Amino acid sequence: MSTWPLLSLLIWLPILGGFAVLAAGPRLSRPLALAISLLVLLVSVPLYLAYDAGATGAATMQFVESHVWIDAINASYALGADGISVALIVLTAFVTVLVIVGAWGSISHRPHQYLAAFLILEGFMIGVFCALDALLFYVFFEGMLIPMFLIIGLWGGPNRVYATLKFFLYTFLGSVLMLIGLVYLYLQAGTFDLATLAQTPLSLSAQSWLFFAFLIAFAVKVPMFPVHTWLPDAHVEAPTGGSVILAAIMLKIGGYGFLRFSLPITPDAGHEWAWLVIAMSLIAIVYISFVALVQKDMKKLIAYSSIAHMGFVTLGIFVAFALLRENGNENATYLGLSGAMVQMISHGFVSGAMFTCVGVLYDRMHSRMIVDYGGVANVMPWFAAFMVLFAMANTGLPGTSGFVGEFMVILATFQYNGWLAALAATTLILAAAYTLWLVKRVLYGEVANDNVAALTDINAREAFVLGSFAFAVLLFGVWPAPLTTLMDNSVAQIAQLLLHSKLP
Amino acid sequence: MTQNLLLAIVLAPLLGAIIAGLFGRQVGRIGAHSATIAGVGISCALSIYVLYLLVWGGASAYNENVYTWFQVGDYSAHVGFMVDRLTAMMMVVVTFVALLVHVYTIGYMAEDPGYQRFFAYISLFTFAMLMLVMSNNFLQLFFGWEAVGLVSYLLIGFWYKKPSAIFANLKAFVVNRVGDFGFLLGIACVMFYFGTLDYAEVFASLHLVEGRTMALFGGDREFLVVSVICLLLFVGAMGKSAQVPLHVWLPDSMEGPTPISALIHAATMVTAGIYMVARMSPLFEMSEFALSFILLIGATTALFTGLIGMVQNDIKRVIAYSTLSQLGYMTVALGASAYSAAVFHLMTHAFFKALLFLGAGSVIIAMHHEQDMRRMGGLRKLMPITWITMVIGTLALVGTPFFSGFYSKDAIIEAVKYADRPFATYAYWCVLLGAFVTAFYSFRLLYLTFHGQARYRIDDSHGHGDGHAHPPGVLAHKPHESPWVVTLPLVLLAIPSVIIGYVTVGPMLFGDWFGDAIHVAAANDTLARVGEHFQGAAAFALHGFVTPVFWLVVAGFALATLMYLYRPHLAASARRIFAPVVTLLENKYYIDDLYQAVFMRGSVLLGRGLWRGIDDALIDNGLVNGSARLIGRISGRVRRIQTGYLYHYAFAMIVGLIVLLAIVLRAAG
Repeated sequence: MSTWPLLSLLIWLPILGGFAVLAAGPRLSRPLALAISLLVLLVSVPLYLAYDAGATGAATMQFVESHVWIDAINASYALGADGISVALIVLTAFVTVLVIVGAWGSISHRPHQYLAAFLILEGFMIGVFCALDALLFYVFFEGMLIPMFLIIGLWGGPNRVYATLKFFLYTFLGSVLMLIGLVYLYLQAGTFDLATLAQTPLSLSAQSWLFFAFLIAFAVKVPMFPVHTWLPDAHVEAPTGGSVILAAIMLKIGGYGFLRFSLPITPDAGHEWAWLVIAMSLIAIVYISFVALVQKDMKKLIAYSSIAHMGFVTLGIFVAFALLRENGNENATYLGLSGAMVQMISHGFVSGAMFTCVGVLYDRMHSRMIVDYGGVANVMPWFAAFMVLFAMANTGLPGTSGFVGEFMVILATFQYNGWLAALAATTLILAAAYTLWLVKRVLYGEVANDNVAALTDINAREAFVLGSFAFAVLLFGVWPAPLTTLMDNSVAQIAQLLLHSKLP
Repeated sequence: MTQNLLLAIVLAPLLGAIIAGLFGRQVGRIGAHSATIAGVGISCALSIYVLYLLVWGGASAYNENVYTWFQVGDYSAHVGFMVDRLTAMMMVVVTFVALLVHVYTIGYMAEDPGYQRFFAYISLFTFAMLMLVMSNNFLQLFFGWEAVGLVSYLLIGFWYKKPSAIFANLKAFVVNRVGDFGFLLGIACVMFYFGTLDYAEVFASLHLVEGRTMALFGGDREFLVVSVICLLLFVGAMGKSAQVPLHVWLPDSMEGPTPISALIHAATMVTAGIYMVARMSPLFEMSEFALSFILLIGATTALFTGLIGMVQNDIKRVIAYSTLSQLGYMTVALGASAYSAAVFHLMTHAFFKALLFLGAGSVIIAMHHEQDMRRMGGLRKLMPITWITMVIGTLALVGTPFFSGFYSKDAIIEAVKYADRPFATYAYWCVLLGAFVTAFYSFRLLYLTFHGQARYRIDDSHGHGDGHAHPPGVLAHKPHESPWVVTLPLVLLAIPSVIIGYVTVGPMLFGDWFGDAIHVAAANDTLARVGEHFQGAAAFALHGFVTPVFWLVVAGFALATLMYLYRPHLAASARRIFAPVVTLLENKYYIDDLYQAVFMRGSVLLGRGLWRGIDDALIDNGLVNGSARLIGRISGRVRRIQTGYLYHYAFAMIVGLIVLLAIVLRAAG
């Protein structure tokens, strides 16, 4: 297996497949898209199986491919995956299959274009997770926005133009700054190779400028307060599949970027400014939770909840970083970084599932407003069972994957500062309040109106999608060890990178 | 004892829950209750076997991991079991009450469309509760802790059409989460100072925190680490075991079907906090500060929630307030370092309080889901088994000598008398007066329900059928005794309610029955001081007749008898005379209203303010749309952009990408 360029296969198979689906036309597109996405998932299995989680040091980066790409600027087509990448790639392949199955019945307007967009998007996202060259990373990073713009802009809700414009403005701002940063780095190091960039000495002020450029680029993606307001609008207007991918995968690229990009390249500036990112993360957890509480639109509520949960990712990364630099506390560092990564994977399942739940309701009622619902459990008992499960995962109930990452991050944060941990732990109360209040208003009570009374329970296709999410949520909730083992040495390797000062 | 044996105990109810929950339609009602009862039955039988092995079979305590939950660096978390006598006692209590509640449910829920779902939930609860008590580490403890909370949430809201039920379950979950907030931080604190979550390892390295302090609020003020840990963990116990001020969820939880009030909100789940503190006794013994705090909270709960019980008219709510008050007694025992007494009261209370709830449920079925005692009366002759068993339960609850409740409650009161730490005197007076209050509300309940004249009317003119609702106080036909599946559990619970105290008081309280499971520092050992006078269960009970507690109970009984049996008008005049007090009690000291106003409305207002003020006004309108307008003005093409040619954006991005690449190339060139 190792002779196969697995990563290239995982990137180009869905992209080329996407064009094939586009060419196949509406009638054939559905089975073809499903077959391609299943094939990608199938290819990701040997990636997981062949990955040697026992390797340490630089050997954690496996499946390395490297070809000259643009010789003039020393950019190369360099791919590689460590445990973190493998986990995110498998997540991407898994969620894409579910999105394509989910779109089967709910998208009738130009389905081939819709499905093709998702496949191409999948290829780009996998590319982001395994690019070892900064320029290549940037190309995938930008490239994936195009299909997402189209998905929201063409299949979105009535206010989609405003949402897309906002999305565009935010990401454009981030991208420009990132590109400037990359150009600067290139001029310093003469290469885009990430491993080399991580070794290039940089003065503290240079690091600080770069750190902020990357911070804005990735903070927009995560998204972090105060650059988060595009997300609720984008979610509200996006079709279900768009929301699922956005929440489950695209937000993760922000967290991944911090870990792979900003911190290894600017560790000293990161140390200097960790307090700021920690503060932004805690604002996300506490402030955004209160905002989520008062939302009237289900998708907005879950979008805000996403921001709050992603706060744990950035909190975990930067607390771990601060612990490493200030206390040399390696075990707590690993706990924080692993917790952040587990939270990313878990949030992929939980938020994906929550948005799918809203999609199931939207397909039937064409409303996202909480007031239009009530007593749905009476007419859709199986749906209600799934939604309660995912809601509980969203509140971080132990036994679901939603608990694991938050638990690890809170434990690590406590070692940094007990009061910060207490702020983070308010999620136990706030997430329960906004999520279960939503459940109460939507699922419980008497049947609210005739539209609700006419609802039919989920069909086999929807049950498959929700059931798959449920399986993942419960599996990693009961037994997260496979996930932490997969990423453990990679996390340690990144921590080693962060330990050393790069000041000249 | 083997791992397979313990796994079977835990997994049998889970399997039953899965069968009834996922395949309820296929297996039908009989299949669902058979599968779950079989599961819990196996679990109960094996739990008794485990207890036998530990007590008579010479087995030593078990402590093994089953599998690794996660391993990160040197930190690891496991799923595993620790079974000693304390665990085994809890396992038997949990599975025994759960088994009886399962049987009872056949009768109680007979007409409910959610029959299978209900069995699935209560079996799932049994699984979660067993995971909690059998855990050998804090992680699994927290899992069980939250999982029982989940099932409690599902069961309080079981009748999810009822607005009051779905309000109550949300409230229960969120209030419990307030407790869990502290609990989780306590666990994080344990992890920080001990580097492990394993009980045995923590207890073996207590020297790590001995005398160690932390500057909690900065500055010079140092706090004992162990006090911080214990207080945080106890906040969790306050949520789960409904201690003031986190008690507000328990009375509302009565919206759930009665069997779960007996199982979850009286006998087992709510005692998890008590169990946890007893389990952590080696830690708590190191913190005089935490124990004093526990004493204060427990005593306040014991007396002041009992007082509310005196004015309630809903039969279940009276028992719910009684449960709060009894949980307060257990907490007081913990605070007095009489952990064995707390756990002992936990056990006796599990039997007689489950009995009282199930008895109340039997009455509720007979009264066609009427719960207001003002519309009952005279049921004694119509429901003799229910009446007799409830009398037994009441006698046990008020602490009649020789009944089980007497031994446990008297031991607590005696132990508090010997306690020598802040709030001990306050606690003593609270539990003493509490005895009077308990007797009053308990007999009031008995008289209003079973004695005197019937205060309802029979109107069978409509015939049967579900189509019409009778006005309050009117029944379609005469109440009658419940079927055997309901009365048998009552009888089986009445037996231990009478004898379990007499049989076990010697070894459990004054012997070394719990062994190493409970640790008390010699200087704090209040029970040993009580035990100096202990000359057998009979002598203890006889001595009970000459204590002030007994006479307070008699006074409560006499007052209730006078007011509710012989001179009913006295109750009405008492209400008038003490009107301000009655109003205060009926409004539960206005604590619920306060929380509603401050926390619920406050959170919503805060959320709305942040959303509209910062997200909308400042960030969106100020920054984002401001820049959009700016760009629009500069390019003069705002209309084109807003007509929504999406491909233009995409195209613009690609062009931008190429242009930027070109710049890079040039720079490199």
